[in-house]
Amino acid sequence: MEELRKKARELLTSGAVKVIIGYGKGSGPKARAIFVRKPEQTDQLIFNDQCLQNLAVYLTKPEVKALGKPAIVAKIPALRAILQLAAENQLKDEDLLALGISPEGKLVELASLKAIEDFLAGLSLELTGEEKSLLEKIEKMSPEERWNFWQDQFKKCVKCYACRASCPMCYCERCLCECNQPQWVPVASHQIGNLDWHIIRAMHLASRCVNCGDCARACPVGIPLNLLNQKLAEEVFKQFSARAGMKAAQEYALCNWKLEDKENFIR
Amino acid sequence: MTIERKLLKKDSVEKLFAKLKADGRRILAPKARGEEIFFEEVSSASEMARDYIQTTLSAKGAVFPCCEALLKYTLEGKDIKIQDPQEPKPTVLFGLRPCDAASFAILNSVFSWDYNDSQFRNRMKNTAIIGVSCAKADEYCFCTSVGGSPGDTKGSDILLTQLSSGDYLAEIVTDKGKEIVALAPELFEAAPSEDKEKHLANVPVKFDLNQLMQKLPAAFNNNELWLEQSLRCLGCGACAFVCPACVCFDIQDEAGKEGGKRLRCWDSCGFSLFTLHTSGHNPRPVQSQRWRQRLMHKFSYFNDRQKFIGCVGCGRCSRLCPADMNLLEHLKAIAEAK
Repeated sequence: MEELRKKARELLTSGAVKVIIGYGKGSGPKARAIFVRKPEQTDQLIFNDQCLQNLAVYLTKPEVKALGKPAIVAKIPALRAILQLAAENQLKDEDLLALGISPEGKLVELASLKAIEDFLAGLSLELTGEEKSLLEKIEKMSPEERWNFWQDQFKKCVKCYACRASCPMCYCERCLCECNQPQWVPVASHQIGNLDWHIIRAMHLASRCVNCGDCARACPVGIPLNLLNQKLAEEVFKQFSARAGMKAAQEYALCNWKLEDKENFIR
Repeated sequence: MTIERKLLKKDSVEKLFAKLKADGRRILAPKARGEEIFFEEVSSASEMARDYIQTTLSAKGAVFPCCEALLKYTLEGKDIKIQDPQEPKPTVLFGLRPCDAASFAILNSVFSWDYNDSQFRNRMKNTAIIGVSCAKADEYCFCTSVGGSPGDTKGSDILLTQLSSGDYLAEIVTDKGKEIVALAPELFEAAPSEDKEKHLANVPVKFDLNQLMQKLPAAFNNNELWLEQSLRCLGCGACAFVCPACVCFDIQDEAGKEGGKRLRCWDSCGFSLFTLHTSGHNPRPVQSQRWRQRLMHKFSYFNDRQKFIGCVGCGRCSRLCPADMNLLEHLKAIAEAK
């Protein structure tokens, strides 16, 4: 933690960055995102096991962008989100500095997208055993059981869009679900509206989700939305051997096609 | 009306439920679904969740649902047949915290303000509220700072407070409460003289409401304040949707070849689209202005118009915020600012 504060102080003092997007003390035991702009405030930065949020979500927020170039405290999913955002032309190499945190909790200064790529290349981005066994539990259900499981979950949804707002990959200025000429997805939070919303979101995140789990953590009614995204990520990996957020310039399944595709529908 | 005190034995709750059902009323009570707790229809008191501070969503959905049809129509040739909404089922809301019970007056003040919303009023008329005092609170609770208390009878038709024996002190607050007692007078026995205060959670007053309300109008133009408070706000609607007093809605028409419906859906001032004009202009283009609106509406404008504060201090918005926006902390900061 001291190392992180020291680095942050240096970066702000030298003017290399204008803001540190990091974690600070939150309510009770919680940690929360803080935006440190003065060297003397770097002592507010913390890092512990409560630092869960994927801070990359703030990189595309207009009011955070207006603060100037950031250095961002980034755990693995945030680093992946940075690369995926770069691959989707949402940020460029010179836009930020990453203060990476390794799985062991060590600070790794990553000054370029290339450095992030190299750092991630040495890590396993597979699902953890626990994540895998949860997914398997759902896969083992009969189609009917699975349908009922998700219907039961989606019934709780009130369409507060916390899943979307907390997702670093949901940066669209105007979400498809808010287009009303024509209206593709019902706005109302009824059975069809909820189902449509969650399926469309999952499809739009296929090959893009960096598995931070913030959608599920953000959901006030406890829908395990990350399971949908993990499932699609695994399917994409099986089909295309690619994972989201590995390279700053990477083609990703959702936005890519090839004339020689073995399926006919694309032609 | 003076509040009558009775004793409702622990074992009598189940019998009361049976009497309420026999009277044709549905009972909505806190029910656990995994780690979350929702107000759902129960057929037995044993289905109710135990040992929690607050339900995940408030009970406002019972009178102001997340999505409801205001009207439905069918097209038959050139004929349009309009169906009015069904008469709501007589309902008993059981187990609300006093903060939630207090929120219905706030909702009502809006739905009967410049327009008398018959659908809301019908539901209110058909709903009786049996509240349960809080024995526990957490650091997010602040009912006492906004005029409530963990044993406040305001808003409940009957308020139950659990005593050391496990039995309930029943305070019969309104005529609707009396009607419920009349369904099963044998269950409501003579009350003990026990003081209910010692069975209530301790919720210290955390800020001076008057001080806050005096400072808010001048704080309006303090852009830096709102920006600093809201930089981490993600702009979702979780706070508004879990709030028992948030009342904003959106109207959606869903039309097909054979008919359609007009729906009222919860909406939130935290959404960027909330104020977006057809022209493309947005009077609240950034999140800090939407956060300001949330606070100003609840603690300033609402009082000017409705003579209410639009907050009951249940703490849900802060407990459940994915970005840890803590309303109490920010209100305190404004109230105590020099």
